[in-house]
Amino acid sequence: MAEDTSGSRPSEKPKEQAKEDVREEFIVVECDELDPNFRDEVAREPGGENIRKCFQCGTCVAMCPVAEQDPRYDPRRIIRMVNLGMRKEVLSGQAIWLCSGCYNCFERCPQDVRPTQILQAIQHIASREGYTHKAFKAAIGLLCQRGRLIEVSEFDNRSRKKLALPEIKEDAPPTKAIVENQRLPERAQDKKPEEKKEEKKPAETKEGAK
Amino acid sequence: MKEYALFIGCTIATRSLNYEVSARKVAAAFDIKFVDIPEFACCGYPMSHVDHDTLLAIAARNLVQAQERGLDVITLCSACTGALTKASKVLAEDPKEREHINKILTKSGSKEFLGKTKVRHFTRILFEQIGPEAIRKKVTRPLTGIRLAPHHGCHYERPAYLFDGFDSAKRPKSLETIISAVGATPVRYINMERCCGGDILAIEEKSAMKVVKAKLDDINAEGADAMVLQCPFCSIMYDEYQATIEDVFQAKYGLPVLYLPQVVGLALGMDPKKDLGMNLNNVKPKALLAKLGVK
Repeated sequence: MAEDTSGSRPSEKPKEQAKEDVREEFIVVECDELDPNFRDEVAREPGGENIRKCFQCGTCVAMCPVAEQDPRYDPRRIIRMVNLGMRKEVLSGQAIWLCSGCYNCFERCPQDVRPTQILQAIQHIASREGYTHKAFKAAIGLLCQRGRLIEVSEFDNRSRKKLALPEIKEDAPPTKAIVENQRLPERAQDKKPEEKKEEKKPAETKEGAK
Repeated sequence: MKEYALFIGCTIATRSLNYEVSARKVAAAFDIKFVDIPEFACCGYPMSHVDHDTLLAIAARNLVQAQERGLDVITLCSACTGALTKASKVLAEDPKEREHINKILTKSGSKEFLGKTKVRHFTRILFEQIGPEAIRKKVTRPLTGIRLAPHHGCHYERPAYLFDGFDSAKRPKSLETIISAVGATPVRYINMERCCGGDILAIEEKSAMKVVKAKLDDINAEGADAMVLQCPFCSIMYDEYQATIEDVFQAKYGLPVLYLPQVVGLALGMDPKKDLGMNLNNVKPKALLAKLGVK
C-alpha cells in the first residue's frame, strides 16, 4: 500500500483531516531492519502454519466487522507485514490485539490462510516477548486469584439463591497451578520491554465509556 | 432422561442469571438433566490471546471433571463452547498434542484427559437432538406474529472444522429453525453472521461499540420485536450496552434482547419472570409480551 511507505506521520496531518477513518499511524518499511525469519517463526507457532499462502486478496478485510469500524485494524496488512519480516512493528503494535476472533475471515479465505488463528499465533509470540495486552495481563491475574474471569461475590450467590440456582464457590488453585506452570504470571507484570515505545493511548477511545 | 454436565462459565454465573434459569427450566421440560460440577472454573478462552498450551490445558482440566463422572458437557456461553470444543476435538484427534497437554495437566496436579468427552452448546442440543418437531409439539403458547432476529455469535459453529460442520458457518440456521418451531417469524437482515465485538470491548471500547451499533442498525432496518441470541457476551454487548450506545451515537433502538431458552420457554407457557428471568433483561420485552397477551 502506497501510503504505508510514504513516510508521512499522523501528527503532520491537519486536525480536520485526522478523522476516525484515517489510520492512526503509517509505517515506514526499513529494509535493513526486516527479519526474514519472522514468517517462519509465525508458521512454526500453532495456528500460524498457513501464513505463506496469503496472496493479499483482501477477503479477510472485506469480511471483518472490526476493520469496517476501525481502520487501524487490517488483517491483510498485518499478514503482509509478517511476510515482509516487520517483526518489531507487528509485535509491539496495538493492531494485533484488535482481532475479535469471530472466524468470519477464516471461513472465507480462498487460500485457507486461517487469519484468525494467525492473529492468535502472533499474539502468542508477542505475549512471550513481553507485549501481552493489559487486558490479558489482568485476565492472567484473575485466573490465578480466582480461577475465574469474574469474581463470584456473596451478593452474586444471594442473587443465585433467590432464583434457586446452585451456589458457586471459587476454586482457584487448579487453574492457578496450570497458569503458573506455564509461567504466565511473569508476563502479567507491568514491566515494559526495553525497546517498547511508550504505549499510545488515543483519548477518543475512553469517551463514552460506561 | 439424558444427563449432561452443565458448564456455566464465568459470565453467566454472575451476569446472566436470566439465561441460566431459563436454560435449566427449558432443559427440564425436554427431559434433559443438568449435573452441576463444583470443580468447573474458567473455560480457558481468555488465554486464547496469550498462550496456546495454556488455553488447551485449562479447557482440558475442566473436561477431566466431566470425564471423571462419565458425562458429556453442555455449554451455554459461546466463548466457553469455542474453548472447550477446541480442547475436546484437538486432543481427541491428535495423540501427540494430547500427550503434551497431559504432561502439563499432570504437572499441575490434574488427571489426564482421555479425549472422549464431547462438548455441545445447549442450542445445538435443541436443534440437533431434540429437533424442531419435538419442540413444536410442546408449544402451548405459539409466538404467532412475533418477529425475532437471530444472532448466532461466533463460537457456536465457527470455525466449522471444530464443530464437524453441524450447522453452516456462513449462514447458520439453528436459531431460525427453533424460532420457526415456536411459531414466531425469523427476521433476516444483512450481515447476520457478524460478531458482537465483545472480544475487543476491553481493548478498544469505542470500536467495539461501533461494531454493536452496526448490527443494531441492520436489525432495525428490517424491524423486529426482539433479537434472539445464545451467548452472555453477545447479550452484554446488545442488551447491557444498548442504552450507552443510544447515548453515545444519539440513536434510538429499544430492541429487547432475549436468550433462546427465554423464547422457547415463553412458547412452552412458562412464566416470563419466575421461570425465565425476563425482569433481568435490560431492555424490557414489554411490548412483545403485550402482543402475546402475557403479563
